[in-house]
Amino acid sequence: MSRPRPIPGTTLFDGEQAIKGYALNKMCYSFNSAANREQFKQDEDAYCGRFGLNAQQREAIRRRNVLDLIAAGGNVYYLAKFAGILGLDVQDLGAQQTGMTKDAFKAKLVAAGR
Amino acid sequence: MARIVGAVTTSHIPAIGKAIARNLHEDPYWKPFFDGYPPVHRWLEKVRPDVAVIFYNDHGLNFFLDKMPTFAVGAAPEYRNADEGWGIPTLAPVPGDQRLSWHVIERLIGEEFDLTTCQEMLVDHAFTIPMALMWPGTGPWPVRAIPVCINTVQHPLPSAMRCYKLGQAVGRAIESYDEDLRVVVIGTGGLSHQLDGERAGFINKAFDIEFMERLPADPLWAARRSISELIELTGTQGIELLMWLAARGALGGEATTIHANYHIPISNTAAGLMVMERRAA
Repeated sequence: MSRPRPIPGTTLFDGEQAIKGYALNKMCYSFNSAANREQFKQDEDAYCGRFGLNAQQREAIRRRNVLDLIAAGGNVYYLAKFAGILGLDVQDLGAQQTGMTKDAFKAKLVAAGR
Repeated sequence: MARIVGAVTTSHIPAIGKAIARNLHEDPYWKPFFDGYPPVHRWLEKVRPDVAVIFYNDHGLNFFLDKMPTFAVGAAPEYRNADEGWGIPTLAPVPGDQRLSWHVIERLIGEEFDLTTCQEMLVDHAFTIPMALMWPGTGPWPVRAIPVCINTVQHPLPSAMRCYKLGQAVGRAIESYDEDLRVVVIGTGGLSHQLDGERAGFINKAFDIEFMERLPADPLWAARRSISELIELTGTQGIELLMWLAARGALGGEATTIHANYHIPISNTAAGLMVMERRAA
């Protein structure tokens, strides 16, 4: 599979990522249902097992680490549903991925408008 | 014959749905954003569309990676919203126009756009938030809708030029329809933003402003660029400007800006809004 010139700090969700992340993304897609979110919360490991997540994906879920989830094939649109369970908004996710505090990340967004 | 009365392009950030529900229009954070919309309401009251054709991207509500259409056109009697996993209020179903949907589908496939057709289709915040911004309140929707979904989830995405040409074909399809209808085309998403990766928080004000300035008279300025170039310039989700190019394509001809607003930030996003009409020949 050919890939365009890389963009720093960016993973395009192409075929290679799609293959790698299918189980993880399928699990996160299931979180559209409130009943499924509840089942996940009751027993995270069993829920991950049901979708066949590999060790890397389970560890990234356990650590709530967005960059690791992306590295494990996660697609941001489905990962957003996992973040929803955790009560994290997109500034929380941005802060975590950039190693900033949430306030610093929000200040960076405001600065982009100047 | 049906006629396109104009195009509206707007951001569709989920946080807007929560802000509407909490009535935060006058809140200092939200006011510069919501203040952009009353001129759109006045314009819509003037042009009185019967139908809205809405170019949007699904974020994992109706479509999953098991079956991911590049272009999907709704042909349903109504369009419902549902739980997306992180809790925004759902809206009343929006009525469809199945006869016009099938006319558009037939014309598009006749022009070699190989579509997915959907007689059932859940529509996510990228469809419902623009509806709520265009027609606020709790009354019945004053328009019927036709959703046109463009894939931005799974790469390879359709090129910007292809999306622009899809829009042009939608415009021709509408204007060949035998019923006397006024149609507004709406493109939702953008402008620059990136949610994922170490580059999260990326915003490109200079590009967005030039994009908005050029869109009416020179849409090819953006449409001729590659997807990877556009992502580099606008962020991984800034690529939603594909919806703006499709809506601009549907409007056709020479266009002029009736109204515009731009504000940074709403959530992680540069929020943009435009109303365009075709320039009188």
